Amino acid sequence: MSTKETALQHHFENLDQQFEASTLGMWAFLVQEILFFGGLFAGYIVYRNWYPEAFHLGSEHLDVFLGTVNTAVLICSSLTMAMAVHWAQKGDKNKIITFLVLTFILGAVFLGIKAVEYSHKFHAGLLPGDGFIWHGEHGDQVRIFYSFYFVMTGMHALHMIIGAGILIHLIVQAGKDRYDANYFTPVELFGLYWHFVDIIWIFLFPLLYLLGRH
Amino acid sequence: MSTAVFKPRPDQMGDNNEKKTSYLTAGFNIRSWLLTVDHKRIAILYLLSLTFFFFLGGMFAVLIRLELITPAGDLMQAETYNKMFTMHGVVMVFFFLIPSIPAVFGNFLVPLMIGAKDLAFPRINLLSWYLFMFGGMLGFAAIIFGGVDTGWTFYTPYSSTYANSNVILAALGAFFAGFSSILTGLNFIATIHKMRAPGMTWFRMPLFIWAHYATSIIQILGTPVVAITIILVALERLFHIGIFDPKLGGDPILFQHLFWFYSHPAVYIMILPSMGVISEVITCFSKKKIFGYEFIAFSSLGIAVLGFLVWGHHMYTSGQSIYVSLVFSVLTFLVAIPSAIKVFNWTATLYKGSVSYDAPMLYAIGFIGLFTIGGLTGVFLATLGVNVHVHDTYFIVAHFHYIMVGGAIMGYMAALHFWWPKITGRLYPEVWARVASFVIFFGFHLTFFPQFIVGYLGMPRRYHAYPEEFQIWNILSSAGASILGLGYLIPLIYFIWSLKYGERASANPWNAKGLEWEKADSPPTQFNFDKTPIVDQEVYDY
Repeated sequence: MSTKETALQHHFENLDQQFEASTLGMWAFLVQEILFFGGLFAGYIVYRNWYPEAFHLGSEHLDVFLGTVNTAVLICSSLTMAMAVHWAQKGDKNKIITFLVLTFILGAVFLGIKAVEYSHKFHAGLLPGDGFIWHGEHGDQVRIFYSFYFVMTGMHALHMIIGAGILIHLIVQAGKDRYDANYFTPVELFGLYWHFVDIIWIFLFPLLYLLGRH
Repeated sequence: MSTAVFKPRPDQMGDNNEKKTSYLTAGFNIRSWLLTVDHKRIAILYLLSLTFFFFLGGMFAVLIRLELITPAGDLMQAETYNKMFTMHGVVMVFFFLIPSIPAVFGNFLVPLMIGAKDLAFPRINLLSWYLFMFGGMLGFAAIIFGGVDTGWTFYTPYSSTYANSNVILAALGAFFAGFSSILTGLNFIATIHKMRAPGMTWFRMPLFIWAHYATSIIQILGTPVVAITIILVALERLFHIGIFDPKLGGDPILFQHLFWFYSHPAVYIMILPSMGVISEVITCFSKKKIFGYEFIAFSSLGIAVLGFLVWGHHMYTSGQSIYVSLVFSVLTFLVAIPSAIKVFNWTATLYKGSVSYDAPMLYAIGFIGLFTIGGLTGVFLATLGVNVHVHDTYFIVAHFHYIMVGGAIMGYMAALHFWWPKITGRLYPEVWARVASFVIFFGFHLTFFPQFIVGYLGMPRRYHAYPEEFQIWNILSSAGASILGLGYLIPLIYFIWSLKYGERASANPWNAKGLEWEKADSPPTQFNFDKTPIVDQEVYDY
């Protein structure tokens, strides 16, 4: 039985229509995601304008080295994801799996490094909340900086974790020969999602780690 | 996929579709309902859940109106009263009005009207119902565990720091209901773009579809902003992160901006689908092509776009810059233009039409009058000076109830009556339906018109006690509310009655135009059409 027949859902006329509808749905979902993060970016802009000094002080306690490594890791994972989509279009099962697994590993490395960073901040008493400790000026405002740091990177990490879960699903499905040159929609659409999550980080990294450092 | 064919019971078979299996008879066990991916069955699931939430929200309204019969706060304490109006608002806004027409009639009709077998993502559609129910259960749990008292707007820092009630549960309920709403919108957009039958061009689409397209855009662009805002409030409450807490340098007004960026457009999520219903009903019962089709279609999009630029009119007294308020005021006036375009076009459609006054039409005509009052008082309120005078008074309460009850729910009732024969295959008793529509219309005015007056005289909203000179208006309002409540119970009874005893409906009992009437059975078969319809007629070709 060819995958082409089983992949077509009952309510679509043909695979092209199914592919186009799914792609549009994914883009609409990403628009929704942009607005979701947009609320956070708007809040960040407001407070950065109010408390520029506190934001500088807060950002100097972030680990630029680990942040840079993570940025590189994430960009590489976008490359491997793009390769996975490329080979999905060609229908090469083994290469699809290879690149999906690579993407998964890079994503896991990113989350691991992020966990190390979180743990440093936690032990330094920088987790916003009643236990927040800041020896220096603008304590309350620095707390707000760290609130944005944790909520924004936390939401980003949550998207990465969900992405990792979907990656496992895709790897299993690819192993079952579900994708070929005629039907590779899930891989392609997940690629859009993964690149989107990367792009969010590309904005978060300079805003949180780099901007205003001396 | 299961290929089992369920034989319909003899008493469920219509006279003219004896051989076919309708979507209602495609399976009888619970599983065939709870795991269905059929857009029509999901619509029914929504209809049942929304009916529950409507009467739950209505119950709180009853308690509010009972308390307000007397000037003294004698039925309940101030704290209890705070919970009553909060839960009335939360339930009605998040668990009834926002999903109402899109989730029930949009789900049922979007594929039927454009000639598709289903929505683009049937499983996501089912997921959206489960998300809605999960959110609804959280909201319900918040009520059971003692209620919420922040007002439906969850204003900070009260909600995030001081309130001693189940804010997080209720807010998370709204959060999940919000994601359900996003997924519904996403599904509609993909469906409307990609699933139209051959010949169903953009300008042959029913205006109901245009209205839902505009609504979907708002759902996708607005809802995620309130979602992240709710998360921030919850974090503030749990961990004191400081973003909305002025004691820690945070800005509670930022919450209002983020909240209204969604919640003002949310008003258009409620009213636009209703306007879509009215466009269908008016043209059908005038037996005349709708006047100014393109104008009505684009005015829906215009309202969706403008709706995002007016949120600041909720914040005139929040201390925002007078110049900002001025701009928001002007932009708010602009919303009157597309709204008026619709009202004028509907009225022009009636002109020289052969108008009949069946129940759906009575609701539609009621809608036009009530929406006009609600909309025009909205223009008063957009005016800076008037707004500051009546801010947080019953004038506001009356205004938005004219839009939400007089507009959105009138449209919901019109839709329920208009498509009931299509959905269930049964006719409801027309006389009772007409009587109920008059009871509702009269009860509605008696409830809310006095609130304009008492609000203008200065009675503030959200208090359980008030000065004695306002009592007469409150008694009128409470009397009206009891009539209105009765008006909503009558349809509940005759709709249930009609399921068993109602006359069987033909495929097109209103002689209406549109694929759902002309090409589909009542009730439709499982995949809507025997073969994909080909559209070669102009829209509303009466």
